[in-house]
Amino acid sequence: MKFASEFRDPKLARALLSAIAEKADAIGATREKPVHIMEICGGHTHSIFRYGLDKLIHEGIEFIHGPGCPVCVLPRARVDECIELAERPEVIFTTFGDAMRVPGSKKSLIQAKADGADIRMVYSPLDALELARRNPDREVVFFGLGFETTTPSTALAIQQAAREGLKNFTVFCNHITVPEPIKALLDDPYMMLDGFIGPGHVSMVIGIHPYDFIAQDYGKPIVVAGFEPTDLLQSVLMVLTQIEQGQPRVENQYGRVVPENGNPVSLAAIEDVYEKRPSFEWRGLGEIDASGLRIRPAYRAYDAEEKFGIGYAVGRREVPEVEGCACGQVMTGRIKPTQCPQFGKGCTPETALGALMVSSEGACAAYWQYGGARSAAE
Amino acid sequence: MCLGIPGQIVEITDEARMMALAEVSGVRRAVNVACIADGPLQGLIGEWALIHVGFAMAKIDEDEAAQTLAALHELGETQEALEQMAAGDAALEGRV
Repeated sequence: MKFASEFRDPKLARALLSAIAEKADAIGATREKPVHIMEICGGHTHSIFRYGLDKLIHEGIEFIHGPGCPVCVLPRARVDECIELAERPEVIFTTFGDAMRVPGSKKSLIQAKADGADIRMVYSPLDALELARRNPDREVVFFGLGFETTTPSTALAIQQAAREGLKNFTVFCNHITVPEPIKALLDDPYMMLDGFIGPGHVSMVIGIHPYDFIAQDYGKPIVVAGFEPTDLLQSVLMVLTQIEQGQPRVENQYGRVVPENGNPVSLAAIEDVYEKRPSFEWRGLGEIDASGLRIRPAYRAYDAEEKFGIGYAVGRREVPEVEGCACGQVMTGRIKPTQCPQFGKGCTPETALGALMVSSEGACAAYWQYGGARSAAE
Repeated sequence: MCLGIPGQIVEITDEARMMALAEVSGVRRAVNVACIADGPLQGLIGEWALIHVGFAMAKIDEDEAAQTLAALHELGETQEALEQMAAGDAALEGRV
């Protein structure tokens, strides 16, 4: 779908594209000197490619694909630890399907499952709770993974387990947060970012104010956006307008779903169940201060790290990335997926070296699915 | 993982655990409604919500639900969400 006429609201899309072009010209954005806008969320990356927005939009706008895909930023060490937990005979290891194919240092969860580990893909942490109720003689471990969108779900499941006094349910908590890696990117002297499109469903939980620092401390605009193509176009226009006015701020394009101050029930559950880790490792980005969550001591009985002596409870494990894998450079916008020497050669969706090719929200998978496979073959 | 899918709350099944049945693209699924509960749970019946990994995270209106479903369908996300729900059901029943 590379033509605005194919959009559900083509008139609106054309009007937005035209307004973006006008604004881009006004601020002097050109192909040689583009405005760099980072879409943080992998869901947005997917939308941009699916609807061909990168092709339709003014040539002076360049999308930089951010680190907002939890599967993509999962370090190999964490995958290895998942497999170690899953291979314990007493354990039923439960996970979202997205994480199944991410390569660890020896194998992925899907390979561990083929080797006999009891690994079950669940849709919800509530499925894991139900498995624990139905299997009192087994240890059910849920792999808590994701940003603030999934974080409250795991917290609510832990609270429910505590209310029921379940003894055989734990969470291997690898939940991460969005604002801290943005700060790390903004502190990186090599990054050239002029504005951000913020993840809509994260803000549905946390509201828009956790991003105030981006405008106040770094002078960059950020617009929290929905996932439809016209949402993204409108958000780009809002970012450009802020740049033109020289008044960076946090704006909410997705007000029909995102409350300014977030969801109070979700926020209360997060506050009750988790505390910040001093630092957490991200694939390709290294350690980022206060970017991960762990389970508070009050809920220690539900913490798989404590119960099984694994993960950060016993110390950080060093597992180097695969040689030649440029996931980190892609995630920080230094190179495009097609510039990675392994893209389409050593790394395809079937033989992925890095998580960006595995996850449906990964930038490399998006490039591959929407034309990258062709360009790699050329 | 991060895109929610619209569903309509059709039945409250367990008040104590704040559980309801939601109809998501023709499939009925147990969901938790704690995050959208702002009064008696029965009042949620008929409401549309954005459902994310088994939790209703935000109320949305019917038009927004229809538009979001159409966009998700084009992105292939509807099918993916339904497959994940089916995988969850299979895991519970030991069909793995």
